[in-house]
Amino acid sequence: MPNMNPKKNEMPSQAPDVRNKNFEEVALGYTPELAADEAARCLNCKNAPCITGCPVHVNIPGFIAKLREGDPEGAYVVLSGSNALPAVCGRVCPQESQCESKCVRGIKGEPVGIGRLERYTADYHLSHPGKPAEKPASNGHKVAVIGAGPAGLTCAGDLAKMGYQVTIFEALHIAGGVLVYGIPQFRLPKEIVAAEIENLKALGVEIVTNAVIGRSETVDELFEDGFEAVFLGTGAGLPMFMGIPGESLNGVCSANEFLTRVNLMKAYRDDTDTPIYHARRVAVVGGGNVAMDAARCAKRLGAEEVSIVYRRSEAEMPARREEIEHAKEEGIVMRVLQNPVEILGTEGRDRRVRAMRCVRMELGEPDASGRRRPVEIPGSEYELECDFVIMALGTRPNPLISSTTENLETKRGGVLVADENGKTTREGVFAGGDAVTGAATVILAMGAGKTSARAIDEYIRSKN
Amino acid sequence: MYKIVKKLDLNPTVSLMEVEAPMAARRAKAGQFVIIIPDEKGERIPLTIADYNREQGTVTVIFQVVGTSTLKLQHLKAGDSVYAFVGPLGRPTHVEGLKNVAVIGGGVGNAIAYPVAKALHEAGARVTTIAGFRSNDLVILEKEFDAVSDNFVRMSDDGTWGTKGLVTDALRELIERGEKFDEVIAIGPIVMMKFVSLLTKEYGIKTVVSMNPIMIDGTGMCGGCRLTVGGESKFACVDGPEFDGHLVDFDEAMARSAMYREQERHSYEATCNLFKGVE
Repeated sequence: MPNMNPKKNEMPSQAPDVRNKNFEEVALGYTPELAADEAARCLNCKNAPCITGCPVHVNIPGFIAKLREGDPEGAYVVLSGSNALPAVCGRVCPQESQCESKCVRGIKGEPVGIGRLERYTADYHLSHPGKPAEKPASNGHKVAVIGAGPAGLTCAGDLAKMGYQVTIFEALHIAGGVLVYGIPQFRLPKEIVAAEIENLKALGVEIVTNAVIGRSETVDELFEDGFEAVFLGTGAGLPMFMGIPGESLNGVCSANEFLTRVNLMKAYRDDTDTPIYHARRVAVVGGGNVAMDAARCAKRLGAEEVSIVYRRSEAEMPARREEIEHAKEEGIVMRVLQNPVEILGTEGRDRRVRAMRCVRMELGEPDASGRRRPVEIPGSEYELECDFVIMALGTRPNPLISSTTENLETKRGGVLVADENGKTTREGVFAGGDAVTGAATVILAMGAGKTSARAIDEYIRSKN
Repeated sequence: MYKIVKKLDLNPTVSLMEVEAPMAARRAKAGQFVIIIPDEKGERIPLTIADYNREQGTVTVIFQVVGTSTLKLQHLKAGDSVYAFVGPLGRPTHVEGLKNVAVIGGGVGNAIAYPVAKALHEAGARVTTIAGFRSNDLVILEKEFDAVSDNFVRMSDDGTWGTKGLVTDALRELIERGEKFDEVIAIGPIVMMKFVSLLTKEYGIKTVVSMNPIMIDGTGMCGGCRLTVGGESKFACVDGPEFDGHLVDFDEAMARSAMYREQERHSYEATCNLFKGVE
């Protein structure tokens, strides 16, 4: 009999007032008992609407059925068959707008906690290491993947399983892309990312770090080196600024810089050399997941007050509901319907931030995005006292590769032109993830990596 | 890991390091930079390329000890390794078509001025080098400069090497004497590049400066290295590191370079004590 409790099992987590002072993971994961109870809520629907909500089409009822049978390792086999990074997705996927939004149990009550069960299954596997994955027999064809983020790792994993010899080139010194430089430790422990990457290496994927394609080597040279196809999973790493006066003051940085210092360079730890500014009052400009991550990191570094400054209202924030709630619980102040117009600095040579001048906004008619357009309220300017400003306004693709590769077209916003299979305007070059869509989610990038892996396989077969 | 094949202390605070990094060596050009991470817990340190050897697959950097990370680098020896070596990054110096160029180096900036002078010399330009140091005991690359310069002007603050005075004094004198430079390339402390640029502006001589701001990734991802150039925000790592000296906001660049001064000082003192403890 299925468990007909209308509510999902809550996942144990650190108390807000404790966790906002440490970088340990916020959510602690299901116990075996909670996982069994939650798995029993799945009705095992024949048409499995949940699968249609998943960009990588995980066999959701299949892996949950294994959990119900008390076989978590079996569940992992099902799960990992279609998802190269299940421990990551279980943590950072917006399940509420994907698989769980399609769950039949969600019609009368809460959907099955698919994300939480995915996380439980993947964590079970990581803490009960069995035989490492076996390296498939090589088919002798070489593929280069640029960027070791979600798109690149997924594409590489799928190609390796088909027998391709895959080399990933990563610009930074650690593989993982946004999973290691962007998403904080307390949402996604870096040990989890490292373990998932070890799984890929066991499949025979080679990862070359410190390789900036477009500078160290060009895409054209990769073809000369014998790679038959190239996948660009280079993400959207170029930060945007507002273009308001005072943005060059000391104490204004992009969320990318702040998060890279904290997450990749581990500046929150005493034993690392990368400096970080321990601010007293922090203003984070933006309303997306990245803004929430930056605000929560700033709080953990000891700031007295951290606020999110967002020009629309909370309902329009692009961040996940869960992230907004977590941030509020941790004491982040939401200053909505206000927009910075100038950042004010101290006098003298130091030029440090002392305040941000903001104007209050109201919502007018809906704009092209369908959201109501924020309109300035005349005469409503005020100064928000702060000594650190983090700009979390979104990112664009880095032009380093598009500008150094012949016949590779981009369009508005600097994104690469690619068809639904990831095929770019340059023969043999495929692309997916944020590099094509602009800043989006981990799972959409993974879906694109998967699609391109299939397209690359077809392309190479057609040539041989 | 990347093996150090040669390590030389050029003066008490400036060292040369040649590192095995075949990928970086394959495409390295004068004016570009690399990023070195000394060990797993280290910073990403941007250092401009001083020399490279494509056959041996090595890249040479020359650095001054200014903080924790450069102090860590200085303590490494030939045979040791660095954790990461990334490059080449940034755009190379534009040398084509130049006929008569003044290359101006200040202090450790001379380490970067040298490959530029060499590249210009190899491209057939007439090269006037004006090198400035505080005093005789800090001089680096004298022989090397001599070999690639048609005219080599030595300047020092205290008169212990060459002529006493600033590099701008020497440059003004050359221009006043009728030297027709089609370009001046200045590499050194921000304040020196600022005053060289102010001087050449008076005479309308195109001037290129090499900026070395605080940066993390070096690929255009963090924006920490942004500068205002001609009223526009530019990233030194991908748009530079070389910029038109007449357009750079040097005062802003100076203020920005002090962002972490306080933390850096504390960290440096702690690291100094640590090294004292081991030795």
